[in-house]
Amino acid sequence: MMARAAHGPDDGPRGFPATRYSVVAALADADPEVRRVAFDALVSAYWRAVYLHLRWRWHQLPQDAEDLTQEFFARALERDFLQGYDASQARFRTFLRLCLDRFAGRMHRDARRLKRGGGREPLALDFAGAEERFAAAGQVSEAAAEELFHREWVRALFGAAVDALAGDCLGTAREVRFRLFEQCDLGAVDGGARPTYRELARTFDLPETQVTNHLAWARREFRRHVLERLRALCGSDDEFRAEARALLGVDPG
Amino acid sequence: MTELPDPALAHLRRVLSAPEVPGDRYQPAELLGEGGMGLIYRAEDRVLGRAVALKVLRPELADAPLADRLAREARILAALEHPGIVPVHDAGTLADGRVYYVMKLVRGERLDAFAASRPLSAVLRVFLQVCETVGFAHAQGIIHRDLKPSNIMVGSFGEVLVLDWGIARVLGQVDAAGGTEPPAPGALAPEQTAAGTVLGTPGFMAPEQAQGAVGQVDARSDVWALGAILRGLAGAAAPRPLASVCRRATAPAPADRYASAAELAADVARYLDGAPVLAHRASLAERLGRWYLKYQTPIILVLSYLAMRLLFLLWRGR
Repeated sequence: MMARAAHGPDDGPRGFPATRYSVVAALADADPEVRRVAFDALVSAYWRAVYLHLRWRWHQLPQDAEDLTQEFFARALERDFLQGYDASQARFRTFLRLCLDRFAGRMHRDARRLKRGGGREPLALDFAGAEERFAAAGQVSEAAAEELFHREWVRALFGAAVDALAGDCLGTAREVRFRLFEQCDLGAVDGGARPTYRELARTFDLPETQVTNHLAWARREFRRHVLERLRALCGSDDEFRAEARALLGVDPG
Repeated sequence: MTELPDPALAHLRRVLSAPEVPGDRYQPAELLGEGGMGLIYRAEDRVLGRAVALKVLRPELADAPLADRLAREARILAALEHPGIVPVHDAGTLADGRVYYVMKLVRGERLDAFAASRPLSAVLRVFLQVCETVGFAHAQGIIHRDLKPSNIMVGSFGEVLVLDWGIARVLGQVDAAGGTEPPAPGALAPEQTAAGTVLGTPGFMAPEQAQGAVGQVDARSDVWALGAILRGLAGAAAPRPLASVCRRATAPAPADRYASAAELAADVARYLDGAPVLAHRASLAERLGRWYLKYQTPIILVLSYLAMRLLFLLWRGR
């Protein structure tokens, strides 16, 4: 099922305010407000991947994984350890996963119980939704956990881009474009059972050519939003180009 | 935040990887296939209201020296007007700077799939068409260099198309004195592949091509590939004359092979007609057998007459 849920950082200011904006660079900004916005964007893009990684790779129980997720991001903000990222060494998401593994390993070794909350305001995250994903994936090997971390990150990236496109269209004259995109490209339909252009034309009472034109526009805009967010989550232009090619098979130019 | 299910995620990745063609004319749809150099999409030509194939350079090769090859392939295809070569309709540059070209959408099956369910004689007749197409390209100074069953398509109406000219070599034009002339403005420039560069597919590359001896690659290198294809089509239990044709076509030394695709085709045609092939020195028994098959009716008539005559003489002598 495609689901829409509002939670925490997604409700606040948009985490990707400008086309060339870089979350990674903004994490080291002198202005605390810029850092906070960047941090929200980072949490939005990665929290689910982090939580599920702790469940899959580190076999944490749900409550412990929730606490560790909160603690990981809290320490990232307080101790600025993400600022140690060197774009020439690795992709940012690889760096983040390594930081997470180091953090989880330390916690595991110390067998230290986390003090829930620790006096901080916990991030509002939809752990119940993430648990559904965990249950759906079943048993996961260590190697697969890495791939799933990547997939959850992609899911967050695409989800944010869908929301941005919806924000551009809903309630405006372009709403029909989003609705077409939603029916044609966002449904959870397997195989070839997606609606044909002819069926969409009938449903929306539009000429078929108009349907393809609207869809082409919506897909172009969706791609733009994805690339914009991807650029923001990468540490360098080279990383961005490599990620875009690996993820979408496109050269962002 | 919207949470996308796995099938939607996979679908969106496919949608996003579709090339962004400037203008409204071509609307790419699904990915049909991918090769070492390019990705091929089915696309809709909105102006003419037909389906076409759109070939785009693979994104990871966009910065590589191979980037020019796709544009070059489009020009080669445009230069080769032949029923056995897929026609190019259009070419251009994507929004991300990659080259693309638009060609006829070929519907049919790969040669090896076609051969799996057809009698050998039908497969050999298709092979003759392949040789004719390759021979035509050679006459234009173009060597394919990547002939293999997956690059040959047999259409539903029996049309045979040789595809994927991405690593084709354009030979320099040779003038009357034997020197190499520079190409005319706008003509295809001779191949610039550096010596030592190996381009092609293992199993279908002539020895000189596999060794990167670029200067030695000529029409006989394609003959070698055609011989390898023929061997696969004929199978392990190929008749001896046909096996000899394969052996000659794939001889290690270019000088020992057929000099051209046309020569190879002629020998295969001889085999189809039941005539002796040049590549095979027939034994006495094979020659007698072939002679018998050719003159079966008169031989039977003569033998019957002689047998009757003998019986008559025996009867008279009693």
